[in-house]
Amino acid sequence: MPQTQPILALKEVYVSYGSVRALKGVTIEAQEGELVALLGANGAGKTTTLMAISGILRPRSGSIAYRGHDLAKMKSDAIVQLGVMQCPEGRHIFGALSVLENLQMGAVSRKDRQSIQQELERVLSLFPILKQRIRQTSGTLSGGEQQMLAVGRALMARPSLLMLDEPSLGLAPLIVESIFNVIQQLHNQGMTILLVEQNARQALLVANHAYVLETGQIKLSGKAEELRTNPEVQRLYLGG
Amino acid sequence: MTTFGNLLQQLINAISMGSSYALMAIGLAMVFGILRLINFAHGDLIMVGSYTVLFLQLAGAPFWVAALVGIAATTLAGLIMERVAYRPIRGAPAIDMLLTSFAVGIFLENVAILIFTPISRAFPAPAVMTQVLQYGALRISSLDLITTGVTFISLVLLTLFVTHTKVGISMRAVSEDSLGARLTGINVNTVIVAAFAIGSMLAGVSGLLWSARIGKVDPLMGFYPGLKAFIAAVIGGMGSLSGAVLGAYILGFLEVLFQGLLPASLAPFRDAFVFLALIVLLLFRPNGILGRPDTEKI
Amino acid sequence: MKLRMLKTQSLPKVLTPIFLVLLLTGALLAINFLASSYVQRVITILGINIVFVVSLNLLNGFTGVFSLGQVGFMAIGAYTAAILTLPLNLKVVSLPNLPSWLAGVQLSFVPALLIGAVVSTLVALVIGLSLMRLGGSYVSVATMGFLVIVHVVLINWDSLTRGARTFAGVPPYTTLWWAWGWAALTVYVVWRLVHSSYGRSMRAVRDNEIAAQMLGINIMRTRLLAFCTSAFLAGVAGALWAHYITSFSPEAFYFTETFSLIMMLVIGGMGSISGSILGTVAITLLSEALRNAERGANLGFIKIPPIYGASQILTAAAFIAVIIYHPQGLLGGREFNFRRLLISSHRRGKGKN
Repeated sequence: MPQTQPILALKEVYVSYGSVRALKGVTIEAQEGELVALLGANGAGKTTTLMAISGILRPRSGSIAYRGHDLAKMKSDAIVQLGVMQCPEGRHIFGALSVLENLQMGAVSRKDRQSIQQELERVLSLFPILKQRIRQTSGTLSGGEQQMLAVGRALMARPSLLMLDEPSLGLAPLIVESIFNVIQQLHNQGMTILLVEQNARQALLVANHAYVLETGQIKLSGKAEELRTNPEVQRLYLGG
Repeated sequence: MTTFGNLLQQLINAISMGSSYALMAIGLAMVFGILRLINFAHGDLIMVGSYTVLFLQLAGAPFWVAALVGIAATTLAGLIMERVAYRPIRGAPAIDMLLTSFAVGIFLENVAILIFTPISRAFPAPAVMTQVLQYGALRISSLDLITTGVTFISLVLLTLFVTHTKVGISMRAVSEDSLGARLTGINVNTVIVAAFAIGSMLAGVSGLLWSARIGKVDPLMGFYPGLKAFIAAVIGGMGSLSGAVLGAYILGFLEVLFQGLLPASLAPFRDAFVFLALIVLLLFRPNGILGRPDTEKI
Repeated sequence: MKLRMLKTQSLPKVLTPIFLVLLLTGALLAINFLASSYVQRVITILGINIVFVVSLNLLNGFTGVFSLGQVGFMAIGAYTAAILTLPLNLKVVSLPNLPSWLAGVQLSFVPALLIGAVVSTLVALVIGLSLMRLGGSYVSVATMGFLVIVHVVLINWDSLTRGARTFAGVPPYTTLWWAWGWAALTVYVVWRLVHSSYGRSMRAVRDNEIAAQMLGINIMRTRLLAFCTSAFLAGVAGALWAHYITSFSPEAFYFTETFSLIMMLVIGGMGSISGSILGTVAITLLSEALRNAERGANLGFIKIPPIYGASQILTAAAFIAVIIYHPQGLLGGREFNFRRLLISSHRRGKGKN
């Protein structure tokens, strides 16, 4: 099969917080339509990686190419307009705003009112519970509902690359399962997804490809099936 | 006048003072909500507006033209302030921002002293603002009515703005969670500039109404109103627009209340009592009455 | 190589302060006998400013309580001491309505100064018990309110303060030696405090309240200690200043003064005692220079007209620039260290590290 250009390519990315080097030469690739998992312990640099892609953090060196654009030089709102959306760790929904307003904010980068309305209906059919609570202040939603809102908000922008940071964090197993069902659904529909997870088992079940990050560097990478059976990964992340 | 009549008059006074403070407090609260910046120079923006209106009138322009240009000038001044002094320090600890706004205020005041001299000048107000209406023993000045009306209209328009327009909702979003806002693709810069523009516009309006009220303009005229606006916003809960308005009316009421209750010997200490009440309030509700105990950077 | 290392390490710690005191005494002697009265004036005010700014640093910089009202304590110290030292005949004329127990009192400098400082401290204790519970911007707002209250009281309590009118005739007790004696004492006291277990508590409270609580540190008590100490020294500074300038009014103790003094603190770098000293020196001298420049200059071919208020404008602009480009101040929160200066210049000489 001919080697296609990856839709997302990080090359030797270095990111520092002041004097602390959080990412030391990270190289990651994602093909279009792939679900790539980013695994690793707390503080390994997973969130930093996503923040660098989203333009919140500026890399000291290295490049972040997305469909030919160099994200490392772009502002965060321009990156969103390219179709790169992040659903951050801790969700960061707008608690004082209603569910509808949150979703409207998701579409803020888009201009076409018609398609925004279509997208809203699509998101609400994906997450029917949000339709029920459409006018409710989002701060009063349960954890699982807030996570759904966060994902729904990200989808409102019709992203071509969806990045999810710890979507299962703090949620009950049943909710986690439904979230991952949605993730699988989106993957099946052809969306490119970058998934950061501490829940390695779940992540490796849905992913095509995976990277393991350790203290700012990629320690392992490969196909998801390979990593699932990798004794090192099993020991460190799969509790076996 | 009967006690009831007296009380009613005091109520009218309280509401009219409260309205003046409310206009100023809203502008301050808008900026704080988004930037977590306490703009001590807000009062001095009021001064800028007033001087512009004064000089345009002296140059022969009719009041309403002068007023519009004055408001525009104040808006421009606020935008310049944001661009030059506040944008470079975004994200800095709140203390740095507080001190910088202090410095900006001092800068503006002294530039005004330099250009206009410290002497106060009379402010010509249009006839419609200087009428006094009598209802039996009650006196209401037309300025009070206008101020209250403008405050009310501003509040309504602003509320519609932040609930029905993209920029307005974005403002609430940025005020709530600026990281989430950036990740959603909101251009935080545009939102901040818009907030400053609106806040400064309101400062311009409150400036000319305040000058009409006190009848004069001088370089330091913005100090006390700015302080009062600040107190109002803090009482009501910094960052909350309705809180700012509520706090302003409470402040107006407190002032009139203390003025009436204090014996003549203590009457000059009225402001001290008002500030004391503020400190007591802060002890029980450090976030103000309507404020939410959210992210406090320090 | 070994010899050089031995030299810098074997300087016993007690020599540095002795050396500094000797240096200071020598400098003061020189200024006292050789310098013009104008220079002596500036240096005396400098000493008084150092007392205030270093004490401000203790509270704002080391304990993280950003008080905007410390000038209020300066005012209390100034007025209390001045009322006590005012000669009886002047009291009859300027303060005819003084309560009888005060009207007949005239104290000498030291007791009046100490009483002024103690009164400041007591006020601090009372309001501190409530205010030190607040943190962050809220304590700034509340202390600002305190300053306004002090101002209102000073202006309206005529019988005690002559209200908004000038309080004149204060005996000129403060000399170069008094100012700098207290400055040295302040630096010593604050230094010892900062380097003691109290100082560690203060910094812990400043950096992370929750962690400090978990370590068993009583936040209220720590803040209160810093607040009262700072108030005491601010009162001393006020009393010193009142007896130097000999006439003043409540306007001298309001926001303009607050801003100048805070500038000195910030420029020097909060959390560094030597930084405060450097910042105070820099701003005091700069303000003087600018104030002189305000009167205009005749350069022969150009005549620059007097621009009153220019010094305020320039210092405000300079402040904004510092906050934007170098917010950590001159010394960045670290103490001045000769060794570091020598090492860094040595490194620079040898090329890149």
